[in-house]
Amino acid sequence: MKKLSSSLPHLILSLGLITIVVGAVLAWVYEITEDPIAQVEKQKKVKAIAAVTPPFDNDPMAETVEVEMDGHTIPVHIATQGGKLVGGAVDSYSMNGFSGEIDVIYGFNRDGEITGYQVIKHAETPGLGAKMEQWFRDPQGDRSVIGRNPGTKELTVKKDGGQIDAITAATISSRAFLDALNRASRAYQQAKTQYNE
Amino acid sequence: MNKLQIIYNGLVKDNPTFVLLLGMCPTLGTTGSALTGMSMGLATMAVLICSNGAISALKNVIPDKVRIPAYIVVIASFVTVLQMIMQAYLPALNESLGIFIPLIVVNCILLGRAEAFASKHPVGDSLCDGLGMGLGFTCALTLLGAVREVLGTGRIFSLEIFPENYGSLIFVLAPGAFIALGFLIAFSNYFKTRHA
Repeated sequence: MKKLSSSLPHLILSLGLITIVVGAVLAWVYEITEDPIAQVEKQKKVKAIAAVTPPFDNDPMAETVEVEMDGHTIPVHIATQGGKLVGGAVDSYSMNGFSGEIDVIYGFNRDGEITGYQVIKHAETPGLGAKMEQWFRDPQGDRSVIGRNPGTKELTVKKDGGQIDAITAATISSRAFLDALNRASRAYQQAKTQYNE
Repeated sequence: MNKLQIIYNGLVKDNPTFVLLLGMCPTLGTTGSALTGMSMGLATMAVLICSNGAISALKNVIPDKVRIPAYIVVIASFVTVLQMIMQAYLPALNESLGIFIPLIVVNCILLGRAEAFASKHPVGDSLCDGLGMGLGFTCALTLLGAVREVLGTGRIFSLEIFPENYGSLIFVLAPGAFIALGFLIAFSNYFKTRHA
């Protein structure tokens, strides 16, 4: 077959057909992968909640209190055992990351002490800010936030006169992490009162 | 042209990273560890084989004047398909490569091979070229990733070789990528001139 010449109808026909076919293929693959992708996201969430909160026997995804804060809706997943509140997991965020938004899920116990956290999404620098996943649970020095209670006093890095050791060479990422943490704590306190009412 | 010869050209003689110096952005960006480097190489290879094959098959129905947009559309759709599949079935890998998967679209290896090879050769040869170039890219990225991972964290494929404290953080960061890549290209050129 000879190569098509570059006349206008040929250009339109060729590019038009290619884009239509490609569009159809993409729609088909999207259909196929839509469910698995949603499953993956949900499983990640459920796992994250179970990993950060004290043991519970309800479905925290079903018992979600939505708290309005700074113009955003923050979901607080309430964990109960035997019908009594034992803690909660908060989907928090900070827009102050070194490379944009970071999403972290924080777990709290009854008293508002941090029981764990899991970074859901971030775009921080590998080797620096990306270390937040391990750093803030490391018992070395004043790195760990586990067991601290941001409800009584908000947590900040030592450079800002606070209590927490920032990640070496990643103070901005550390600040963003604690920003998300303090927001989570405020949302949790609010959700607790809403839940008890 | 012999098909093995084409693969060998992509892998060694015209290695996209060390000889053609194409696709430097993912090369520098995803080689923080050997594993991410290798996964990026394999992902690129998958797209490259598909796009080379498709473009070679379509080369006669794509008029010259719209060939670049047509190539980009074909490449972008393969990348999007790859990304959706990875999100659904390989979520951990997708996360570690992050933005670099969608950025395969603008990787100049793909457009470069489409323009320089696939649009002028039959489908079989183009598939081999995609395979060879993809393998060359994968090997180069794995090698660079391994070098950076060892010097930066003391590990290869997360196996500890020496304690992390003796590693030098700079190799995990962008400047280390440039330094390591520079030395690797120098070595590759040294061996080449010695053999020539």
